[in-house]
Amino acid sequence: MDITELTVHELQEKLKNKELTSYDITKAYVKRIEEKEKDVQAFVTELGNEALEKASEIDEERKSGEVGNFTGIPIGIKDNICTKGVKTTCSSKMLENFVSPYDATVVEKLNDEKMINLGKLNMDEFAMGGSTEYSYFKKTRNPWNLNRVPGGSSGGSAAAVAANMVPWALGSDTGGSIRQPASFCGVVGLKPTYGLVSRYGLVAFASSLDQIGPITKDVYDSAMLLNIIAGHDEKDTTSREMEKKDYTKALKNDVKGLKIGVPKEFFGEGINEEVKEKLEEAIKTYKELGAEIEEFSLDIAKYSLATYYIIACAEASSNLGRFDGIRYGYRAKEFKDLKDLYRKSRSEGFGPEVKRRIILGTYVLSSGYYDAYYKKAQQVRTLVMNEFDKAFKKYDVILTPTSPTVAFDIGSKSNNPLEMYLADICTVSVNIAGLPGISIPCGVDKSNMPIGMQLIGNKFQEETILNAAYTFEQKIKFRENYKPTFRKEEE
Amino acid sequence: MAREDYEVVIGLEVHAELSTKTKIFCSCPTSFGASPNTHVCPICMAMPGTLPVLNEKVVEYAVRAGLATECTISQDSKNDRKNYFYPDLPKAYQISQYDKPLCEHGKIEIEPSTGRKAIGITRIHIEEDAGKLNHDDFGRGSLVDLNRAGVPLIEIVSEPDLRSSEEVDLYLRKLKSILEYIEVSDCKMQEGSLRADVNVSIRKKGAKEFGTRTEMKNMNSFRSITRAIEYEIDRQVDIIDNGGKIEQETLRWDEVSGKTFSMRDKEDAQDYRYFPDPDLVAIKLSDEYIENIKHSLPELPESRKQRYLTEYKLSEKDANIITSSKYLSDLFEQASKICNNPKAVNNWIISDISRILNETEMDPVEIPFDSKQLAKLVQLIDKGTISSSIAKKVLVEMFEHPRDPEDIIDEKGWVQISDEGAIKEVVLKVLENNQKSVEDYKAGKEKALGFLVGQAMKETRGKANPQMLNQMFKEELK
Repeated sequence: MDITELTVHELQEKLKNKELTSYDITKAYVKRIEEKEKDVQAFVTELGNEALEKASEIDEERKSGEVGNFTGIPIGIKDNICTKGVKTTCSSKMLENFVSPYDATVVEKLNDEKMINLGKLNMDEFAMGGSTEYSYFKKTRNPWNLNRVPGGSSGGSAAAVAANMVPWALGSDTGGSIRQPASFCGVVGLKPTYGLVSRYGLVAFASSLDQIGPITKDVYDSAMLLNIIAGHDEKDTTSREMEKKDYTKALKNDVKGLKIGVPKEFFGEGINEEVKEKLEEAIKTYKELGAEIEEFSLDIAKYSLATYYIIACAEASSNLGRFDGIRYGYRAKEFKDLKDLYRKSRSEGFGPEVKRRIILGTYVLSSGYYDAYYKKAQQVRTLVMNEFDKAFKKYDVILTPTSPTVAFDIGSKSNNPLEMYLADICTVSVNIAGLPGISIPCGVDKSNMPIGMQLIGNKFQEETILNAAYTFEQKIKFRENYKPTFRKEEE
Repeated sequence: MAREDYEVVIGLEVHAELSTKTKIFCSCPTSFGASPNTHVCPICMAMPGTLPVLNEKVVEYAVRAGLATECTISQDSKNDRKNYFYPDLPKAYQISQYDKPLCEHGKIEIEPSTGRKAIGITRIHIEEDAGKLNHDDFGRGSLVDLNRAGVPLIEIVSEPDLRSSEEVDLYLRKLKSILEYIEVSDCKMQEGSLRADVNVSIRKKGAKEFGTRTEMKNMNSFRSITRAIEYEIDRQVDIIDNGGKIEQETLRWDEVSGKTFSMRDKEDAQDYRYFPDPDLVAIKLSDEYIENIKHSLPELPESRKQRYLTEYKLSEKDANIITSSKYLSDLFEQASKICNNPKAVNNWIISDISRILNETEMDPVEIPFDSKQLAKLVQLIDKGTISSSIAKKVLVEMFEHPRDPEDIIDEKGWVQISDEGAIKEVVLKVLENNQKSVEDYKAGKEKALGFLVGQAMKETRGKANPQMLNQMFKEELK
């Protein structure tokens, strides 16, 4: 038995009936990381030794009595989620040696469950990017084809889950950063409703769009990890007060009568033919499962991308002001005066994409341009929300591709920011409207690269999309039919 | 042209630190004077990933201030980010309010020599204070202290309704007393918890357009504000009279030289890129919430003053002085209740106490004794234990080395001599040594009596009971 092949709910069974110990599991993952990290490059910080030590302690505890359902289950964490005592770099030179003095709320929750942190996962610098190529430290590779990107910005998290280097991971999603890499790596990625999961301790990119969410091997694990991390946090006033749910209870393996809307704009120009084909097959599958499918128009979606880049960059330009070389983070070695200290520290500490977005964001907020850009974008944002509200009066779920294409080659877009931005076209409107969205694999293309399907739900209706995803997953059994091959194409 | 040919136009932006126990967006204490960087946490140090949570007390205090200055309270308000880089601003933005302040359209009434008038309040909004830079004594740079970062402030913006430094002084004193009365700020100017940005311009009398204004930032003493305004008016008149133009600029007032200096001009004006803070939800206030605060407001200075006129029969002038500070006013009422002699308490506050406060530039809040001790002082005079001239010395002592007046009298041996035998002894001695004055008195020079009493006081180092001395001299000289 290859332990690292198992889902978390399978691991739980084996822990319960004492087939496995936490040490066995952790050891298997540490070994797997040793084998695969040189190919995949998913980790910024590995915590193998610490993880093994903690696993031993937990097994001792297990001997002496009852432990929780997630006690001793390992996890990987995206490197923009603060962990006390462990570096949180955001894959930036700016925070190369930064150690947070506190744990993010979600990390506290993992710690309360006595889960084991295997390490911090690579990402695009400050979560800005869609390929993880903008990491200051390394380029993570797609386990399905090492010449291709894993997507981004949570590329390290998605690749590590796909490569069985972690059983599951936390990512963050501002415009698709969980769903798109999940799609590229053939795993399940859920962006919860804005306000469902506390953002306290997530290094902010765009505060009104950021959400932390699970990246998992299957939908059941996704629901379980959401159970752990969801909930109101008094430290985050944008998190919603609501009663605790058990999302696994929603997984009924039944979509009879479920109303699924398919917006035709998401299947038009720019969408790869093979992606379109697989999505059409998925639609057919849902029909067979008893769902009611209807095509409709979500016209406003075409404005989402511009709206997204204005709002996200505006907020980022302000959020990243604190990286000024004064209290923590990178400081230029030599400087003439205060202005020079700021200029050099920030010029040297930030990478090109981050700088691009700061400049863009500064511009759209500056006096004389605010109304034309930022204010206009907020107005469009309201329209996008209204449009989705209307759609959810008719449909329970909206079905789209997660990304217009499968994973692309490393280096093919990193010098063309606009083309890179276009890769977010299917995902950003979900963040703009604050909705939940899940990406699950629905097949592979001819080159054996996974294709992702996105299911969008109404606010706080995670149960609906989780069930729809679960029912589909049970039917097509993607994980049993397709596996990453770690192949390397010769040039 | 002469200065009288110009009209002065002044508007103020006053920052008052609110006296909430904790900071505006985290639970760090707000108290003043702690060691550097001890009242800090990841939130007010702007560690990555932290988020602000609005302290509800801050909203309540701002609403109180708004209601006490007759503002309209906005039921739909929000926080905005004001972006700029400075080492004392850890997030590189200040959370403030831009286009939807909590309070708008209020007024404060003042009584300058030209007659009663209302000064409009444009707005009152909430925001966070910045930290402090301490410049290294060894010249190796600046050290950042973030204790003050995140201390809640309200900014009270006046309309350009003020026409003289006198009006500014009265407006500020009135505003300060209101904030003290409603207990939202301790208004300690020396600690910087009340400070004003002063905008000054001049225009020819009768002109409709405002002149170009200059701004003097962070002024925190009444005396320097008056001096700075007077200086600035003269400077502007001088420039215009000589055919010059006023530059819109930010000035720094230098107390030592008594001059203003340019800090930055319009060219350096920053673009703060205000936008709504996405980390905070909108501030929605119900009618009920506002009504409740309205009902909880304490008696304000104006109504206290009216009460003093009727209840205590104070003069208008005295009532104004006493009610100008909540602390003085409380001191007056409490001490009067204890000693049952409001007239005497009033006299002490108006004369000796006010004089000492003025001389030492002390704020009433800083008076080191309480109402019980003041009442005791009055009682000691009323009982004849000390003379009023000794009492003045006791009061000085109470300011300098605060302790109970009885202890001071005991220690100093200042108890009044009221023993008839002892007094008689002194009187006889003085009479013997001052034959000339005795003759003068008998010749009808009443003044000579005063001299003799004075000599007796000198003899007893001020401790003799003056009434007894008087009486005994008269008897002996019959």
